[in-house]
Amino acid sequence: MTASTTSRAVNGGTTTKRNRGARHQALTGWMFMAPFSVLFVVVFLVPIIVSVRSSMFAEVPSGDGLYGGGELVDTFVGFDNFATAVGSEVFWAGMGRVLLYALFQIPVMTIAALGLALLLDTFIVRRPGFFRLAFFLPFAIPGVIAAMIWLYLYTPEVSPFMSFLPEGTNFMAPGTILASMANMTTWTYTGYNMLIFLAALQTIPRDLYEAARLDGATGWQIATRIKIPLVRGAALLAVLLSIIGTIQLFNEPVIMESANPWMGKAYTPMMLTYNSMMGAVSPSGTGMASAYSLLMAVVAGALAIVYALLQRRKGASA
Amino acid sequence: MSATVIETAKRRARKAAADVPPKSELPSPLARVAGIAVLVVATIYFIAPVLWVMIASTKSNRDLTSSFGFWFAEWNLPANYDSLMTWTQGLFWQWVGNSIFYSVSAGVIGTLFAVMAGYAVAKFVFPGKTIAVGLIMAGLLLPVALLTVPLYLEFHALGLVNTPWAIIIPSAVSPFGVFLGIVYAQDAVPTELLEAARIDGAGELRIFFTIVMRLLAPAMVTIFLFIFVATWNNFLLPLMMVSSAELKPVTLGLFGMMSYFAPAKGAVMLGALLGVIPLIILFFSLQRFWRSGLAAGAVKG
Repeated sequence: MTASTTSRAVNGGTTTKRNRGARHQALTGWMFMAPFSVLFVVVFLVPIIVSVRSSMFAEVPSGDGLYGGGELVDTFVGFDNFATAVGSEVFWAGMGRVLLYALFQIPVMTIAALGLALLLDTFIVRRPGFFRLAFFLPFAIPGVIAAMIWLYLYTPEVSPFMSFLPEGTNFMAPGTILASMANMTTWTYTGYNMLIFLAALQTIPRDLYEAARLDGATGWQIATRIKIPLVRGAALLAVLLSIIGTIQLFNEPVIMESANPWMGKAYTPMMLTYNSMMGAVSPSGTGMASAYSLLMAVVAGALAIVYALLQRRKGASA
Repeated sequence: MSATVIETAKRRARKAAADVPPKSELPSPLARVAGIAVLVVATIYFIAPVLWVMIASTKSNRDLTSSFGFWFAEWNLPANYDSLMTWTQGLFWQWVGNSIFYSVSAGVIGTLFAVMAGYAVAKFVFPGKTIAVGLIMAGLLLPVALLTVPLYLEFHALGLVNTPWAIIIPSAVSPFGVFLGIVYAQDAVPTELLEAARIDGAGELRIFFTIVMRLLAPAMVTIFLFIFVATWNNFLLPLMMVSSAELKPVTLGLFGMMSYFAPAKGAVMLGALLGVIPLIILFFSLQRFWRSGLAAGAVKG
């Protein structure tokens, strides 16, 4: 501080003053950025580097043991793990399940959330507070615990409602379990997405509706021609985040698998990754787990980009 | 005098107008009934499982299978509580305490750092800012579960696996928190006020901790809430990082109980219920902060 004061006193010119201002800004800016940046590097950047490095190594027996086994040593294998992951039928079967799941679950949830938000945004109910709370309540329940609750709700002996359903209804058969898990996610996140839409709807100036009414628009037309187009940005974000969330599907299948062992340890790519890390599926090891993780990141990134581009093109032509 | 009366009357009229919609905007009776029917069905869908958990936690295994699901049978709550304690070897409340400790620590650290970073981005020009913001926003879209495997390797190398830090540090880094921090700092911190404080000779740290943090207090509650809930709900991270029973958060503890035993189902549901009560209280008491956070995301996103 003293040094800079002196230098200003000596030079005195406006340019120096501005330079000093810029330097002061830069220093203060980084001072406030620093704590977060350090943690960000530790938690985001280093792991990415670690996983790239680790995906290129495998634990291979050194071969100097009694029967050609011996100690496990980290050996550089280049892109071998990647090749194994890309060629793994188990991986792509899991990815296929997750994508099928996303294809149905995300549209159903997004449309339900948008529909409920539109209903609450009209004057159908005077005080929407209660409904808002009720729809948002499931989001307060951790995914694992929600999955445990629904697992019991799907278990015929315990379920409070399955006795009213036709005989032989099975929510946890190979053909229905994906839909049953999609229902868990929908239950948890619809209210959350509804709040996003509701917030976006409330930024629309109400005069716009008034004007549309004067021009003879019906309530339905106002919703479809004014409200929905104006919350497109929010919808884009909600869907994008849902795609990313679905790729990493883990909690629900893990809980379901605990009661339905036929699902196996590789039902979704994230389960496969975790279990290969833990040595519960073969090929196992940190190298394979890292390769699976990176491959999933690539698929997630590609899907997100494709979706965003499609939306942008649609927006431009509309 | 009469002027104020007129003012009050006007204000009242305006308030009433906000409450009662203009006739033209009122939905037709048929649309109204249909709309209410949809809302009621949706409410049942979202609420019924929670009600069922409350009721199931008071029942014995026999009553769970034989009695009507949505009403009470024989009051078996004390027995369920005892079996919950037995099965968790008395660790249940410690797990809840661990969850609170991890979530509060990650929330406090994460909120402070996110607000500082958001303030820096919103109010200062510094080299590398564009890259930093770009990286943080990319972090917002990264599937974080994919980082868990390499995070484990990194923390293992650092000797932090199976310590509270292995949960708190990763949970405290919230790109969404920084995003909210930027949005709020742009809106709520007037640059003139900062200039005035600087002219009065206040240091940057003092300006931040006395003026900026006060202005951003509501934003900080919102960011804290998001980090707290995300930490509490995280399952994969503690599953990877923590192996001692004493360090488990309640989600992980209940999962173990569920997968390793054939437990009394009422006891499991009681555990599920007791494990989310702190979260639900926080949720409902701080509702408006949720909405403001989601609104910022919806509008700027």
